[in-house]
Amino acid sequence: MGEEVKLHGTWASPFSCRVIWALKLKGIPYEYIEEDLSNKSSQLLQHNPVHKKIPVLVHGGKATCESMIILEYVEEMWPQNPLLPTHPCERADARFWIKFAEEKGPAMWTVYRTSGEEQEKAVKDTLEMLRAIEAHGLVDKKYFGGDKIGIVDIAFGQIAQWLGVIEDIVGVKLLEAHKFPRLHAWIKNFKEVPIIKENLPDRDEMMVLFKHFREMLLTSSRDS
Amino acid sequence: MEKQNEVVLFGTWASAFCKRVELALKIKGIPYEYVEEDLTNKSESLLHYNPVHKKVPVLVHNGKPISESLVILEYIDECWNNTPKLLPEDPYQRAKVRFWVNFFDHQIMARLLPIIMTRGEEREKAIKEFNELLKVFEEGINKDFPEEFPFLEGKTLGYLDIVVGTALCNYEAFHEVVDVVFSPEKNPVIMAWVKALKNHPLMKETLPPHDKFVDKMREKYLDQYP
Repeated sequence: MGEEVKLHGTWASPFSCRVIWALKLKGIPYEYIEEDLSNKSSQLLQHNPVHKKIPVLVHGGKATCESMIILEYVEEMWPQNPLLPTHPCERADARFWIKFAEEKGPAMWTVYRTSGEEQEKAVKDTLEMLRAIEAHGLVDKKYFGGDKIGIVDIAFGQIAQWLGVIEDIVGVKLLEAHKFPRLHAWIKNFKEVPIIKENLPDRDEMMVLFKHFREMLLTSSRDS
Repeated sequence: MEKQNEVVLFGTWASAFCKRVELALKIKGIPYEYVEEDLTNKSESLLHYNPVHKKVPVLVHNGKPISESLVILEYIDECWNNTPKLLPEDPYQRAKVRFWVNFFDHQIMARLLPIIMTRGEEREKAIKEFNELLKVFEEGINKDFPEEFPFLEGKTLGYLDIVVGTALCNYEAFHEVVDVVFSPEKNPVIMAWVKALKNHPLMKETLPPHDKFVDKMREKYLDQYP
């Protein structure tokens, strides 16, 4: 695959990081373009006219959007260091958890973006998500992918770092170690994987950024 | 000796998500046993096979359960590797198909409930938004699949056809029970596609009968949102 690979992303986005992790785990060279979401580049708007969002992967001039769809594309184009299992049954299981992450993951962001009743409901939804993963997703496994990380670990990456940031900013502890021992262990193991460790956004910088955004969100919702 | 291919589908007759799986099985010519679930009294089997969501459809293949309709479709395509293929072979084409199915499910279908729940001006606004999203879908499909689109009679059904067809082919029931939201004037390309899909023999065989479906929709929606 000699054609060039470009990734449009933002440094603090877990969705952007998913693609970075996949590319680095497979040893795929790429050019990274940091987007300013308040002033999106013309290439981004051209490559993702429908959603105008990051991440967008551009391979040989052809654009793929939506982080988990990008990951399936990367997996198919560059089969080395596979992120998906080989057997259809296990692949289906992985895709089940990817869908689960996509469907239930937004709840933790609602906790971050809201207050009052809406936030309380989002807290409940997030806890429900964590309980399901704890009970069914990590049974007898170090990683979701088994002995090494795979596509599901990457999909749940936001729990490993971003959830902690949200908890600190909002002031509510959701993932208590004694209530979620498997998830707690997984977070530790996940963040120790060298590629992940080297490619996690700086936590302190994230705290500053996300704190600022939350204040802006809550102020504007109070004023509207 | 390899175990015989035993395929069981747990579903409900009125669910488009279940119909997706039935249609995929029929397209591939896979024999299966169908189990109709009563969602007010879910079977032990269903709860055992889908402990996380406790929902239909669930496909059980030689005793192994797979849940989530789109996951099941990809599984069927991978396991029964014969033609016709449900998804394209080329990775970039596959990414585009997945993108538009995602858009259809999360953007378009998600807009039906706001229409059902509202009345008067609010509903008119919701219908307008729905039609605009359908337009985005039409233009996107047209741009990304210039050779495939519009759907031609006799062509084998693919992933997108399955998803769009099972959701929209019974649109007349929606018109009867809720409101008129689809029209050839507002969305000519989708309507032509849906019309062609409705005439496909496997789609005809799979879709629930109109009158029965109308009664079910009335029961589901009008009772909940009088």
